[in-house]
Amino acid sequence: MTLKTLAAMALAGAMAAGPAMAELVIPDLSYRTGPYAAGGAPFSDGYQDYFALLNARDGGIGGEPVRVIECETAYNTERGVECYEATKGEGALIYQPLSTGITYQLIPKATADGIPLHTMGYGRTSAANGEVFNWVFNYPANYWDAASVAINYLLDENGGDLSGKKIALIYHNSAYGKEPIRTLEDLAAKHGFTLSQLAVDHPGQEQKSQWLQIRRERPDYVVMWGWGVMNQVAVQEAANIGFPMENFIGNWWAGAEHDVTPAGMAANGYKSLNMNPVQDYPVLAEIKAQVHDAGNAAGDGSNLGSVLYVRGMYAAMLAAEAITNAQEIHGVAAVTPAMVRDGMEALNITEARMEKLGMAGIGPEFAVTCENHGGSGQGLLQQWNAADRVWVPLTGFITPDASVIDPLIAADSAAFAAENNITPGCM
Amino acid sequence: MLYREAGDFKTSYEADSQTFPIRFDRIGFWVIMAIAFGVIPFMINDYWANAIFVPFLIYAIAAIGLNILTGYCGQVSLGTGGFMAVGAYACYKLMTSFPDVSIIIHVILAGGITAVVGAAFGLPSLRIKGFYLAVATLAAQFFLIWLFNKVPWFYNYSASGQISAPERFVGGFAVTGANTAAPAKYLICLVFLTVCALIARNLTRGTIGRSWMAIRDMDIAAEIIGVNPLKAKLTAFAVSSFFIGIAGALFFAVYLGAVEVGEAFGIQKSFLVLFMVIIGGLGSIFGSFAGAAFLVLLPVALKVIGVDLLGWPTDLVAHLQLVIVGALIMFFLIKEPHGLAQLWRLTKEKLRLWPFPY
Repeated sequence: MTLKTLAAMALAGAMAAGPAMAELVIPDLSYRTGPYAAGGAPFSDGYQDYFALLNARDGGIGGEPVRVIECETAYNTERGVECYEATKGEGALIYQPLSTGITYQLIPKATADGIPLHTMGYGRTSAANGEVFNWVFNYPANYWDAASVAINYLLDENGGDLSGKKIALIYHNSAYGKEPIRTLEDLAAKHGFTLSQLAVDHPGQEQKSQWLQIRRERPDYVVMWGWGVMNQVAVQEAANIGFPMENFIGNWWAGAEHDVTPAGMAANGYKSLNMNPVQDYPVLAEIKAQVHDAGNAAGDGSNLGSVLYVRGMYAAMLAAEAITNAQEIHGVAAVTPAMVRDGMEALNITEARMEKLGMAGIGPEFAVTCENHGGSGQGLLQQWNAADRVWVPLTGFITPDASVIDPLIAADSAAFAAENNITPGCM
Repeated sequence: MLYREAGDFKTSYEADSQTFPIRFDRIGFWVIMAIAFGVIPFMINDYWANAIFVPFLIYAIAAIGLNILTGYCGQVSLGTGGFMAVGAYACYKLMTSFPDVSIIIHVILAGGITAVVGAAFGLPSLRIKGFYLAVATLAAQFFLIWLFNKVPWFYNYSASGQISAPERFVGGFAVTGANTAAPAKYLICLVFLTVCALIARNLTRGTIGRSWMAIRDMDIAAEIIGVNPLKAKLTAFAVSSFFIGIAGALFFAVYLGAVEVGEAFGIQKSFLVLFMVIIGGLGSIFGSFAGAAFLVLLPVALKVIGVDLLGWPTDLVAHLQLVIVGALIMFFLIKEPHGLAQLWRLTKEKLRLWPFPY
């Protein structure tokens, strides 16, 4: 009985789907609901608004209009898979799931389907090895870079010596939060600091015991791998136990306005990594004029210019550049996912190019090659100024310690290749 | 007229005790089987497999499992997610330790391991009842998730703590891994569901099912008339966990391919399966199917209607979905506490009299 109903619905669904149009289809697997919505919404707004700007200003990319399909995942892997399957048939060119859990799902699926996956600063770190992960890109930086950048910054602060220091890692107890542990352990062995690990379970509202432990152990620094509601709670808890904020460093997913504003003045001095400094980019004014004022803003339009909005816009810019590259390489405007992959592999982001796009200094300069899908790995430190409610960049782009990360990437990707019978090589 | 016992004569004990004693049921069963095995595999695509059929089939197995424990034996369990995780991790360890053994054997063994774990966590049910037992199974849920997060042996020491299913074949067709064709995925789940449902149907009609129901209806009376509560409760936990373990193994290996224990098998999963059983109908195999179909299809249907047809913002639809699912659960609990299965029973009553009701 049930199956018959299902079959009838299948038929109705197939008829409702309709034919595909000749346009560039970009799915946006967003999450505007659930405990991670505070981070998902501004990223998605930025991602969509940039494509809306390209449509309004340039008539799309290379004359082809862009069609963004939004699909709500609620940061849930099952919904993410549903979204992927629902959108891939529409001719999706590139996926940006903004979730490490969903990324792990999509790596084998997208590889089998031949659709490139861009996991900007998240996802599986060893995907930086493009010879094993042909279809997955995580430029401009990954989690292990982030861990190394944070430690390099602390090395700088301490005159190059961290021996005998105690660093606590407070992390989201998921694939995302566990990613940096191996790198931090290696760095601890190399630089002689002790690392303690404190896991916070999804969704992250319950952190009392972890911060009690921090109060007892008195680490010199706390590094955080948090996301969503976990960040605000952590900042508040750190303020409650009187932990010095300038010794508390979040990664780049734990450093947006909404993470620190709930704690008010107590959050002053909290530091975080970032890959896209927040500045007054000219492109933001263009988005304001041509997208928001035209009434086409994604979401409620309130996130323009925030940290994660800028990052979403940056992600959209990298996708658009890859598509432009693909159009140049293959000489056609209506590119296929495979062509976009070629465009991503030939990506070369220079200071001049970023300036031309109206976003000078939004990210590090980097070039992607077949061997290296990970970009330069650079990140910078920013600090929250609670009085003016702005993030102030503290440093320029800091280069991670490749001597620690590269062997880890080689080992992890080799293990993946062996598990999945992949012969490493360029396409 | 359409649905009647009258005139359906049985001349042997085998005919009288067959799985579907009524002709109309038998015909319906074979028609559904013919469609499920003969038509759908040729029409199915990736979207229909991954978004609707495979989750429906797997949740139906889990719902049958929970229905045996909660619906037939009356023991409330909130540990379904944890037991599914046991099935998934058992399957993963078996797949990676013995790569040459067929995945089908691994899934069945994973069910067996879950049965042992479930029976162990069922021991407290001999002393505590009702809400207190629910709390004890809740402890099982949290303990198991914690265990799989904490002990790296379970996830083969991978950096991220995720487990991912390697590619495995059944008769030359990939059934796990990224290159699995939609029909293969669908069929493997369908075969498991069919076998599980037939086993469950026959178990519940036999001695063991009657002893479960006796315990459910009044445990003291059951004990006095000679039902051994130890045996009845522990077999209910074991059989229920066996099905839930199979569902967990398929959920991980065939459906998702990679899981993170806290996210995939958290407390929400326990509640989801419990809602399926309640909405579908406690103590009914058909109810398990109906509940699973309802809760798998409803979000997808709402999304298709809200986002694709009406063009509403995705967040609005997602929020509306929570409201509608919640309201429907309340509606069912008030208006039809016996679930969708009761609606089907009422339909059958009407069909008996049709077209001449009195």
